[in-house]
Amino acid sequence: MNPLCQLLEAALFAAARPVTAEELVTLDPDASLDDVRAALEQLREHYDFDGHGVEMIELAGGYQILSRPAFAAAIERAQLNTRQPRLTAAMLETLAVIAYRQPVGRAEIEEIRGVSASGVLRALQERGLIEVTGRSEGLGRPLLYGTTPLFLELLGLADLANLPKTEELSIALQPPKPEPIGPDDAAAYVAADA
Amino acid sequence: MTSPAATPSLSNALGPVVLSAGPPIESRAGGGFVVELEAFSGPLDLLLHLLREEQLEIADIPIARIADQFLGAIHELGLNQAADYLEMASRLVRLKAQMLLPRADGEAWEDPRAELVRRLLEYQQIKEISYWMAGAVERRALRFARGYLPEPPELPPPPLTLDLLELLTAVERVVSGILHPVLHSVVARPLDVEGATRRLQALLDEQDEFSWSEALGPHPTISDVLSVLLALLELARRGRCSLTQPAAFSPLVIRRESSLPAA
Repeated sequence: MNPLCQLLEAALFAAARPVTAEELVTLDPDASLDDVRAALEQLREHYDFDGHGVEMIELAGGYQILSRPAFAAAIERAQLNTRQPRLTAAMLETLAVIAYRQPVGRAEIEEIRGVSASGVLRALQERGLIEVTGRSEGLGRPLLYGTTPLFLELLGLADLANLPKTEELSIALQPPKPEPIGPDDAAAYVAADA
Repeated sequence: MTSPAATPSLSNALGPVVLSAGPPIESRAGGGFVVELEAFSGPLDLLLHLLREEQLEIADIPIARIADQFLGAIHELGLNQAADYLEMASRLVRLKAQMLLPRADGEAWEDPRAELVRRLLEYQQIKEISYWMAGAVERRALRFARGYLPEPPELPPPPLTLDLLELLTAVERVVSGILHPVLHSVVARPLDVEGATRRLQALLDEQDEFSWSEALGPHPTISDVLSVLLALLELARRGRCSLTQPAAFSPLVIRRESSLPAA
């Protein structure tokens, strides 16, 4: 490993959160963003091919060194680390609506889920998974919600584009039977409603 | 360790799901339902469950049948108090009525179920995404980061069930393991606030003013100090004396309230 690679390894080891490439550039005044990206790639290969218990993961727009899943059971058994408390079905459904429709107001979330959302929204805000991103121009200027970087971290995603595409889901919005319409129309049907 | 396939919600996240996911419902001998309220995350969820049970197409819901089942289910589940479920129930009953209206042949007919079908499909999609997300969370949870301190799960402490005998046996077992046990016998040392009050009252009767050390007397024990302190505070509260400290860290001065004449 070259010195830049070692420096990045030390920095990622010291940080308690994913660190972006832009942040990592500031570590070495002589390094460019491309240098850092290349060194990160080298570091990833080093972990992957030299047989390490940790790996480098792209997470929430940054990079983080994490232990490999194969060792999770042993680590938990020894109580060296624990998992976060699980999310309830209501929390996951609400997060799903927000992740795909953000910025989105409470009324739309409640319309889609068919239940009141205020309690769930508060719980998700307390866990730092969603935040208020603005106010709608509509009546009463309701608050609009969006997901946070912590949401991506919790799901292990590099960014929101890594969420499944709606058309790849087994239940992509299918046209209702009485009036058959094309899949494009079905998508437009939802988009127009959003 | 739980493998991802161990829980029903996660197994759904792994493969294509078409109306297969859902909370377990047990049939009783009487044919009724035994379900927890939390089993359904809303009226749409319950409706999807009923359609799945009957293996019905979402796109072509037999409204009359499903409306009756929905009403029966929320009654069985005790959900007929919940506003969200009642709203759906009334919507279904209205749809049922609309479907019964006669319509002329050849006349353009707008399916009154279209809006409900759209909502169900939309909700089903959200549900599928939520299963996928649950799987993603589970997979991510298998990787630990350095210096990452997740909040400890808020579990209630397990109920402690042991009687006095078990407790004493446990104590003996622990003590027997010690080579030279130093056992202290703990005795209660009640504070003598009343005695201190009497003594202070006597001092106040004799002198207009005296110091903290005079109030304590010679060689005070810890319980003496605490007794005098409590007695002083009580006397001051009753307006029998005033407590002043002329400067920071200087000794406390106890002064008889001027309105009270010396004996």
